[in-house]
Amino acid sequence: MRLPRSLVGWFYVSPLMLVLIPFFVLPMVVIITASVLEGDGFGGIMPFFTTQNYIDVFGSGLTFNLYFSTIKFTILTWVFSLIIGFWVAYFLVFHVKNQLLAIGLFLVCTVPFWTSNIIRMISWIPLLGKEGLVNMILQGLGIIDKPLEFLLFSDFAVVVAYVHQLTIFMIVPIFNSMARIDKRVVEAALDAGASRFDIMRYIIVPLSKSGMALGSIFVVSIVMGDFFVVRVMSGGGSASVVAALYEDISVLQYPPAAANAVVLVLVVMLMIGLILRTVDIRREIAR
Amino acid sequence: MAVLPPSKSSKRSKTVEKGAGTDPTRRKVLKGAAAAAGAVVGTKALGGFPTIWAQEIKDIELRHVGVSYSVVKAIGDQASKDLGFKVTMQNLDTSAAINRFITQPDSVDIADVEGWQAKLATRRGVIQGIEVAKIKQFDNILPIFTKGELDGNVVSRQGISPYQAMYIEEPDSRELHEGVTEWATFLPQVYNADSIGYRPDLIGRDITEWKELLNPEFKGKAAILDVPAIGIMDAALCFESAGMIQYGNKGNMTRDEIDKTIEALIALKRDGHFRATWTTFDQSVQLMAAGEVIIQSMWSPAVAAVRVKDIPCVYAPVNKKDGKEGYRGWCNGMALMGHLEGKKLEAAYEYLNWYLSGWQGGFVARYGYYSPVPSTAKEYLTPAEWEYWYEGKPASEVILDPYGVPMEQPGAKRDGGSFVERVTNISCWNTLMDEAQYMNKRWNDFKVA
Repeated sequence: MRLPRSLVGWFYVSPLMLVLIPFFVLPMVVIITASVLEGDGFGGIMPFFTTQNYIDVFGSGLTFNLYFSTIKFTILTWVFSLIIGFWVAYFLVFHVKNQLLAIGLFLVCTVPFWTSNIIRMISWIPLLGKEGLVNMILQGLGIIDKPLEFLLFSDFAVVVAYVHQLTIFMIVPIFNSMARIDKRVVEAALDAGASRFDIMRYIIVPLSKSGMALGSIFVVSIVMGDFFVVRVMSGGGSASVVAALYEDISVLQYPPAAANAVVLVLVVMLMIGLILRTVDIRREIAR
Repeated sequence: MAVLPPSKSSKRSKTVEKGAGTDPTRRKVLKGAAAAAGAVVGTKALGGFPTIWAQEIKDIELRHVGVSYSVVKAIGDQASKDLGFKVTMQNLDTSAAINRFITQPDSVDIADVEGWQAKLATRRGVIQGIEVAKIKQFDNILPIFTKGELDGNVVSRQGISPYQAMYIEEPDSRELHEGVTEWATFLPQVYNADSIGYRPDLIGRDITEWKELLNPEFKGKAAILDVPAIGIMDAALCFESAGMIQYGNKGNMTRDEIDKTIEALIALKRDGHFRATWTTFDQSVQLMAAGEVIIQSMWSPAVAAVRVKDIPCVYAPVNKKDGKEGYRGWCNGMALMGHLEGKKLEAAYEYLNWYLSGWQGGFVARYGYYSPVPSTAKEYLTPAEWEYWYEGKPASEVILDPYGVPMEQPGAKRDGGSFVERVTNISCWNTLMDEAQYMNKRWNDFKVA
């Protein structure tokens, strides 16, 4: 029996559709619907169309402050995790000659991730606190005479926790794409007299772009959607888009929360679109 | 979360009627089980009754859902033991809890609610009225709750006091009722009066006013609670105490009052006054124990938890003075979800009755919380414990916490004094303001500032 071509096509995409429709499309439809309805202030939603929720979101300076703060954390986390992730992957792929050892070290990178990320985050607190290890050591060495307060409950602490949590998401895809670089290309470049910098610039970075893009997508979407790390590590001194949204939900203001969620999804999609526009992942992977 | 359908009121009222009268034998059996509280219940206590009833009771499971400081596993375990059916305790934070009651009411049997949540749940029609006549200890519940007064003193009505949220006219009413009726929205079970915790060793004097939290002396060493609905009330108590802002009702502020409060908070934050804000019990303990913070709004057991580490910490007595100061009161109670009916509803009533029969009151007293029926709690406390926790007298022997760990040495006194002194000095109650959404928004302005 021969199936018509179009049907075969649908067949191919059906596994993805089976996941996407119930777990993404349907919830989004519910959220979008809720975002244009009126709430009664008691957790009820009334079937009256309104754009007021969106007007409130865009008309409030708070929205911009929240996005500014969240995007600031996203960019800082992205930069540091990319730099660290890139060099870790580079070291594992090009400097560790023994492949078994390289894979072993790669697995070692994942060891901290065997514990919950909440524990990993909270363990920074005794380290960075006023009476924490870092301050104690610095004071013991006589480098500072008063504890450094910016270490904990600050933007610094938030970024440290994010980078610690998310660098692995950079290492894995970059490692993967670097490992597929043909070593002979590097050798040929060396033979042709290329400097180490040129090799990095013309061979390694371009050929591991897809890994960097994939890692960036993970990091950006996780930081944009997080509220817990910000809350704990900033000592409540900073807020994030999702934290604000969650507070709406806590007083049962579903429609404004839904409008906020829709805007957030659009912003994250836009950011990921930008990443994909810079690096054509599909082409790079097919390479 | 979808659009919520109108209430199933007709069905619910029928349910209640059924629970109310019919089937006396079964009720008697359940009562028999409850009466055996404290003793080992099982086939023995139920002996003489047809085995089938014992069997049916055994299969009942009640899910009591709410915040961790109110819905405690040890209490559920004891109830299961005493009642002969299973009580499961499930913990969620305040906002997750109210969201679950509203959006998945069938997944909960007994909802743990504060006054303002009882109001919301009533409005949404997810709970059914509690028939007051079926609550044996109802007349012994302190009049703070049942009548809104204590010893002739009217209890503050700022915020949503338990009394204001307590009554409805009919079991399926959607609106609260002013004044006593036959039907309660929720049954108070645990409450306390909150104030400021501080480190006496690092401050060196007594703190009795909220404005101390704003004292420049403590710049960079102060913290407040970051749960907008109650954090703003703590802040308001501070600003009112300092004479900076005047409030009509701290528990239901106008937009103007909210704006002024938030602006003042932002100014303090920019000035570096707050070391942190905290959202969970553990955070507040950590902040205080590590010396990151030496003064902050705090909860009573958190103060105790700091002291257990041998770090001095005092819960400031903030008695009312010139129309200022006072404690922020809170009260959690139990509400019956609308879907309960028949045997399960009867079991739920037995559970409510068990709850007020004393064991739980004794248990929560040992970490500083109060029972609405002190007369039964007293039976489960030693005289020394009763004097220490309720009468504010010096401990005559070592005071143990609920799990038997020594907590206070002889001679220690409870901060704030006796039960009556603390409770009559409550000046506002946990609440949900009419302007809650606006307030949340402004609170986030404070957070990102």
